Amino acid sequence: MATDRTADQVQAGQKLEPLTYDVTATTVVLGALASRDWRPMHHDRDFAINRNGVRDIFMNTPNLAAWFERYITDWSGPRGRLGRMKFRMKDSIFPGDRMVFNGSVEKVETDDVGCAWAVLNVDVSVGDRMCTSCAVRIALPHDVDDNPWARKGDRWKP
Amino acid sequence: MSLPDEVQSWIGQVRYEEATEFPVERGYVYTTCASVENGNPLFWDDDLASELTNGPIASPTMISVWFRPHLWAPGRTKQAQPLQVHFDLKETLDLPEAIMTENEIIFYEPVRPGDRLVTRQILHSVSEPKTTKLGTGRFWVIEVQYRNQAEELVAKEMYTGYGYKRAA
Repeated sequence: MATDRTADQVQAGQKLEPLTYDVTATTVVLGALASRDWRPMHHDRDFAINRNGVRDIFMNTPNLAAWFERYITDWSGPRGRLGRMKFRMKDSIFPGDRMVFNGSVEKVETDDVGCAWAVLNVDVSVGDRMCTSCAVRIALPHDVDDNPWARKGDRWKP
Repeated sequence: MSLPDEVQSWIGQVRYEEATEFPVERGYVYTTCASVENGNPLFWDDDLASELTNGPIASPTMISVWFRPHLWAPGRTKQAQPLQVHFDLKETLDLPEAIMTENEIIFYEPVRPGDRLVTRQILHSVSEPKTTKLGTGRFWVIEVQYRNQAEELVAKEMYTGYGYKRAA
């Protein structure tokens, strides 16, 4: 876990350090049950193959969102506050896959109520197969005394 | 091919406004963090959570977790479905398979242990029939709004789903 990253430490074009993880059936099933997703394609291999027409059980979207959150807040530190995430799912992640998260900073900006934001483009791939991309808007502290989590109501514009 | 009148009538209407089945609880937060090896101290260190967020909060991307019904409950005769509008579309349009292709989440007030959330679903659009590598079907966009017991907006989600029949 990184220490808190402040907005003045971030510039467009910066890369996030990649995160690599070897996915197992336990990864998929634990993630599905942690997100209360009881649908069989996330724990029943026969169902996934015969009903969904894929090669195995696959990671569910809510757990993939949790993976992206972990990847992004590893970079930002705990004061980083997610404002918006938009996922585009292109391909599935299966047991046996080595998934790799990558990301970069698109821009840094301050909104009209003084909140600093980083806009990131992150994705997860398996080999040369890009599985899901995620456009992220995350609030970062201006300095060590700033705390985006303290913003409420009109002072929070995600 | 035109949409059935019943489906057309759902567009823009608030449907399935309902309370979650149990209050937000920390056990699921820990399990979710463990499932992705998320060491963010905001979820593990109460002193830090007190300093930054005025007490413990749930991981933001867990928002839909609180919305999924129990697989079984006493007296329930039909399995409850999360995102019921999605399943209504599958059934009414006779599209037995479906996947989600896009999902956008916008985060507002943090969700806290003990919160009881209320959700509502709004169908925004349904496409004309389209053929993809999976089969032939339609895309649809559903918005889900989440509010806490103080009626504060905690999140919005936009789902793009694709319901289809597999190619023969």
